[in-house]
Amino acid sequence: MRPFSYARAGDVAEALAGLGAAPDAALLAGGTTLIDLMKLTVMTPGTLIDITALPAGDATLDAIAATADGGARIWALARMSDVAEHPSIVAGYPVVSEALLMGASAQLRNMATIGGNLMQRTRCTYFRDVTMPECNKRDPGSGCGARQGIHRLSAVLGTSESCIATHPSDVAVAFVALDATIQVVGEAGERSIAARDFFLLPGDTPWQETALGENELITAVTLPPLPPGTRSHYLKVRDRESYEFALASAAVAIQIGDGVIGHANIALGGVGTRPWRAPEAEALLIGHQPSTALFAAAAEAVLAGAVPLPQNAFKVTLARRTLERALATVAGDHLATGETR
Amino acid sequence: MTEIVKRAWQSVSTTLTDRTLARSPEVRPVAIGTPLSRVDGLAKVTGAARYPSDVLLPHLSYAAIVESRIARGRIATIDAEEAAALPGVLAIFTHENAPRLHKNLSPQVDAARWSMGSDFRPLQDDRISFAGQPAALIVAETFEQAADAASRLHVTYEEEPAETDLTRALDDALPAKPWIGKAAYNRGDVAAALASAAVMVEQEYGTPPQTNNPLGLFATVASWEGNQLTLYDANQATQNVASSAAKVLGLTLGRGGVDVITPFVGGAFGAGLRAWPHTWLAAMAARELGRPVKLTLTRSQMFTAIGRRAQTVQRVALGAERDGCLVAISHHGTHDTSRDEDFVEALTQSTRMLYACPNVETRYRVARLDRSTPTYMRCPGESETLFALESAMDELAVALDMDPVALRLRNCAEQDPAHERPWSSKSLRACYERGMELFDWSRRSPQPGSMREGNLLIGLGMATATYPAYTFPASAYACLDADGNALVRSAATDIGPGTATAMSQIAADALGLPVARVRFELGDSRFPRSPQQGGSMLLASVGSAVHAACIDLKEKIIGMACDSPDSPLVGAAAETIEVREGELAPRDGSSRGERYEAILARAGVERVEANATSQSFTRRLTRSCETFGAQFAEVHIDVDLRTIRVPRLVGVFGAGRIINSKLAHSQLMGGMIWGMSQALLEETTYDQRLNRIVNASFGDYLVPVNADVQRIEVEMIPEDDPYVNPIGVKGVGEIGMAGVAPAIANAVYHATGIRVRELPITIEKTSVVSRES
Repeated sequence: MRPFSYARAGDVAEALAGLGAAPDAALLAGGTTLIDLMKLTVMTPGTLIDITALPAGDATLDAIAATADGGARIWALARMSDVAEHPSIVAGYPVVSEALLMGASAQLRNMATIGGNLMQRTRCTYFRDVTMPECNKRDPGSGCGARQGIHRLSAVLGTSESCIATHPSDVAVAFVALDATIQVVGEAGERSIAARDFFLLPGDTPWQETALGENELITAVTLPPLPPGTRSHYLKVRDRESYEFALASAAVAIQIGDGVIGHANIALGGVGTRPWRAPEAEALLIGHQPSTALFAAAAEAVLAGAVPLPQNAFKVTLARRTLERALATVAGDHLATGETR
Repeated sequence: MTEIVKRAWQSVSTTLTDRTLARSPEVRPVAIGTPLSRVDGLAKVTGAARYPSDVLLPHLSYAAIVESRIARGRIATIDAEEAAALPGVLAIFTHENAPRLHKNLSPQVDAARWSMGSDFRPLQDDRISFAGQPAALIVAETFEQAADAASRLHVTYEEEPAETDLTRALDDALPAKPWIGKAAYNRGDVAAALASAAVMVEQEYGTPPQTNNPLGLFATVASWEGNQLTLYDANQATQNVASSAAKVLGLTLGRGGVDVITPFVGGAFGAGLRAWPHTWLAAMAARELGRPVKLTLTRSQMFTAIGRRAQTVQRVALGAERDGCLVAISHHGTHDTSRDEDFVEALTQSTRMLYACPNVETRYRVARLDRSTPTYMRCPGESETLFALESAMDELAVALDMDPVALRLRNCAEQDPAHERPWSSKSLRACYERGMELFDWSRRSPQPGSMREGNLLIGLGMATATYPAYTFPASAYACLDADGNALVRSAATDIGPGTATAMSQIAADALGLPVARVRFELGDSRFPRSPQQGGSMLLASVGSAVHAACIDLKEKIIGMACDSPDSPLVGAAAETIEVREGELAPRDGSSRGERYEAILARAGVERVEANATSQSFTRRLTRSCETFGAQFAEVHIDVDLRTIRVPRLVGVFGAGRIINSKLAHSQLMGGMIWGMSQALLEETTYDQRLNRIVNASFGDYLVPVNADVQRIEVEMIPEDDPYVNPIGVKGVGEIGMAGVAPAIANAVYHATGIRVRELPITIEKTSVVSRES
């Protein structure tokens, strides 16, 4: 770890001023990614601006508030564990609660914040080990070590020649599925970014990972209200039962009325270079009776554009089946009988 | 194996009598067999226990290793300007300025004679022979300064083509020279028997390199006083490390030489059986700087600096009659070692004796790769051997349409077929039968894929477990103080099984004292001789010496009483006296007794002492000593997602006398969990383009978490073994793991019909696409 200076921001303005004053400053919230990457010298900020003590803009900072339209607003500094267990999230957004509880470990969830979760970096070894000769994300132009080397855990969707690194977050997959918006603030003021636009494809610039401006910070994530009767679920498949990143995951929210799917939100995790929204699958489902054949077709549509490599080819089938299972789980009794295997 | 083991083997094989055994004293088990909690448990959970990395000394400095990024070649340039200018940096050692280290053992590796211990020495020249090799050592005032400077030392290399793929090196493999047994073994005529066998299976199996990964980072604190070196060091054998350090640094052993202090170790699992370069680097730097140096390995360095499990490729052929009787076993295995050092273990060894079979051949070869030197890792050799052999036995059961347990019972060896001599004890039939009962094996329907609950395919599998029951020479010191408390000492280490606790139980019963009156001290090379804590031999070996020393001590004091005119026991024959709770009395109650304290007080002595040495390996000449067990696994595999979970493991073992049932249970359970880890998760992954490890962290190298571990049942069949050693102990550190991986692989086959012959059995290997195909 490189030596760094440490400052504690008293309010948002102070944090933004600190960011503006030091080009190599970084914001410290839970620190579960940042400190890790500083120890590995992947990130070498000269200044850490600790924002964990930021006072509330209103009394609800660090918590979850209902929005006027019936949605929920999660403050950026809320801890993963607090959000996961919050009654309004457990009742209204099971997919968010489940995604949070399947992320990291209990100890990490007690430290990590929602805003920090959205800013976590890929687990790709070629990125995390600075002595590896190739990583376009860490060292632009050096090449992609994973593509030629070990890529069992790499992405199959949204990849480019320069980067195949998987986005690691679980809850971001739920946010992207649910059409959440991310509130950010900078010196120019506040703005909202749709979660699906917040995460960028690697393209030729894999080091540009989010739409967050250089001197901006995340203040909240807003979840829109879901149609009445919506059932949501997060299914995560991984090599071990807990404390591991997804090989494939699916965040689904479906509303079924009169035996027909009226509303569908779908995103995949563990397989994309960003949390992977699946509009083609949603379009296939809406207006139709839920059935295993329909779900299989929807899953097929999402993975149609997958570009697998030898070691991660299994992820294409695995992701398809993960989505099919997640959809079947939320469809429950509505699933047309006689079509089960 | 380590030098001390080799010496031990040679010395004991020429010893024909065993003083301790011949006396075979009757000891009433009071403490022995009870589930006593750890005597050092409180110190461990409260943080009072000081591990090597906790040691702080005045003027302590901190060292950090700079590792090579290439696997093979030469160091071209070292630019130390930036690192040297950083605050707190005290010294930078490279091959250009590091003191020379002794290389007493032959540097020449004779291609025809694989031998042990042509040890690699760090920072002696510009050659690089594995990625992770120390290229420089930086010492600074603080840990943080040393680590920062290490990341700012700029080394360039002249890289040469390297090879880290064992499958491409097999043709260059040479016969191994194992420390026990031979590389090639033949019994009968395997080729002829295979050719005429009614049923034959032949397959290739693979096990990956794995990393020991103890939770405690290995650390050395080196401190010099003149020519006297003290090493606070994480290891499994204080005296191995002391003798290695003495050789490498050109010192003598003992006072004015090298002492190794290791009271606690945060796990090792084989990685601490020998001394490694980081220990010498710390000692070298401390001598040069004239102040103590602490060197703690990073987690990623733990993957290259202290060994790993070797990778194996094995081919097994089995021939049988239609009734399941084995007629031939052929088992050829190869594993890797490094360019510099010759690592050997016990690959294919179990195959010679596990089943009654007239025709058996085994071949054991070793191939060099540009990887760090392997070492022993829990259940070394046997777990890899049994994965191949016991998977093949399952394939044979399928080919015969025979129950897998019935096949093993049919071929159960009633005597050691390799040595044609009886076992010291063997409860394997009872283990199979009790295991079947516990596991409810009868519910198993033989057809693969025939058992299902909802989305879950259910698979039931089993395998035989075995591990040698070694006993090596050991010594112990015991004394009884005037206050009636005993102190017992051995140079042994405790890497976690609860050595001090079990030894206290043995000593307490031998002395006739409550356990609370016994203190057992270990982890100091100046204490009486101990073998390494590995190969499941420490309790058997040191326990025998402790037993002998305490019996000697007790008899000395009994003699003092019987000879004293003022004792109520005067004139009694020593053998008629027994001691209970510190009170000496005639067994028949013919006179009143007397306490230890009273005897010492009357004699006016502060303490009575005894030393004993146990050399109890000799019974192997007439009896074969092995631990056996039967292991059963249930797996649940999601029919679509192919996730593999293990809801239940059952292990039944015949492991001699159990000194502490709680500790033994924990050891066996831990071994079984590790077997599950070996089966499903663990692999040290190399990028064979860069010849480097890509998963050298606990985030990337997966081991089971609590959620993976469900129902684990352990039972021990009581064994009264008068032959294995004076205390009848066989050791339980390794056997718990031995058969788990094949039992799980066999259960995966039963669930899916898919035979996975290469570990670990990850999700893609049970064919996620099989539904379509």
